[in-house]
Amino acid sequence: MTDISAAFATAIHLLITLDANLLEIVGLSLQVSFSAVALAAVIGLPMGAALALFKFPGRGTLTVMLNALMGLPPVVVGLVVYLLLSRSGPLGVLGLLFTPTAMIIAQAILVTPIIAALTRQVVADLWIEYAEQMRSLGAGPLRAVPALLYDARFTLVTAVLAGFGRASAEVGAVMIVGGNIDHVTRVMTTAIALEVSKGDLALALGLGIVLIGLSLAINAATFAAKQRAEATWN
Amino acid sequence: MELNAPSAAPEAKRIKTSNSILPLRVENLLYEANGQRLIDNMSFTLNAGPRSVILGPNGAGKSLLLRLCHGLIAPSAGTVTWQGANVASDAATHQAMVFQRPVLLRRSVIANVLYGLKLKGTPRAERAEIADDVLARTGLARFRDTPARLLSGGEQQKLALARAWALGPQVLFLDEPTSNLDPAATHAVESICRHMHDEGTRLIMTTHDLGQAKRIADDVLFIHKGRLLEHTPADPFFEIPASGEAAAFLRGDLRW
Repeated sequence: MTDISAAFATAIHLLITLDANLLEIVGLSLQVSFSAVALAAVIGLPMGAALALFKFPGRGTLTVMLNALMGLPPVVVGLVVYLLLSRSGPLGVLGLLFTPTAMIIAQAILVTPIIAALTRQVVADLWIEYAEQMRSLGAGPLRAVPALLYDARFTLVTAVLAGFGRASAEVGAVMIVGGNIDHVTRVMTTAIALEVSKGDLALALGLGIVLIGLSLAINAATFAAKQRAEATWN
Repeated sequence: MELNAPSAAPEAKRIKTSNSILPLRVENLLYEANGQRLIDNMSFTLNAGPRSVILGPNGAGKSLLLRLCHGLIAPSAGTVTWQGANVASDAATHQAMVFQRPVLLRRSVIANVLYGLKLKGTPRAERAEIADDVLARTGLARFRDTPARLLSGGEQQKLALARAWALGPQVLFLDEPTSNLDPAATHAVESICRHMHDEGTRLIMTTHDLGQAKRIADDVLFIHKGRLLEHTPADPFFEIPASGEAAAFLRGDLRW
């Protein structure tokens, strides 16, 4: 109990004093996760739409694989990216290991299947309603993709948020490819893991509270914006 | 093209009839799904001019026939051919369709019309003028910037018609366009259809509503259980139908 109240006190203290170390960690966390989600959205949205609209051999298999990849273990992704980026790995020359870029790549790999799979479902449902009208207007699946993604925009925001939740909460991948280096690759989750192993539970819990608070704030803001927009556009 | 209406609309005719894709020739059309024959060996020709109503009870295959003619689905056998002078060009770009339930994009009223024009390949500079024009003609100008999905059912269907009208189609397929609408909205939709007809658009409409068929039809295709039983001018059809099924349908006691 004392741990928890101490944690709250620590968290509030860190927040009120705008602790420089905390801000740096939070800033890097947001930068890495936002970049990863943006990258994943750029790949995942069209990929999901394509999977929903185009019939090709192996589409079913690909859909099953994509859905399964939503549950990719972060440590495994971290390990694979680590192997690719390590000195002796195929992309070792880029010198990306233990940089924020490596962390962005790893998180993007984690998040892309989530965004793509959810997009596929949303666009497939929308296409059932739209297909005949679109084809009557002269738009086959390819030309319809932008309009479908646009019309599904409110639901897709939720898909992207799910991706962000996954990215900001995971620790395994960023720990392996980032290395939790102070002032370089330390993010909230890896910092929490470190503080716990050091026995500083209060600071760890404090960081945890900040992490949850941020997640809540982002989701609440998106939810409010979505509600307003949906009421307008239905 | 001969117009049946006494006087054409005052607006300049935007639909050139000299290079019509009509007549539409349907030969031995067959459509089967799950082992059931839903369209059974239909053959008919629709020439330029009159308003055709495809009449029949629910489940007769009316919507299916319309979709086959429009090219939305492929027949199991038989052919749908556009035999007009303009067959060299893509016949699909001269057709439009309005569905029983309007499918509107989640954007403003005007943007829905603009999107149709964009897909048709209308030059960007001309789109806004055409769109504003059809919104004015359909009485939707005051909803120009309203999100389309917030319109009432009748207004949504009018917008679907406006979007089709903007494309200046030679042929317009209408699949029970008023079956979900109240009498006032039905009247408005029929009035727009009449205007489009006056401007030279060939209307092909399905309905199970006898009153509507009588108001609109110049000729009637009566179908029942996937078979075309009659294709005759409207007046004789409603007075003395040739088939027993049509007579029963007109009396309101068709058994199926």
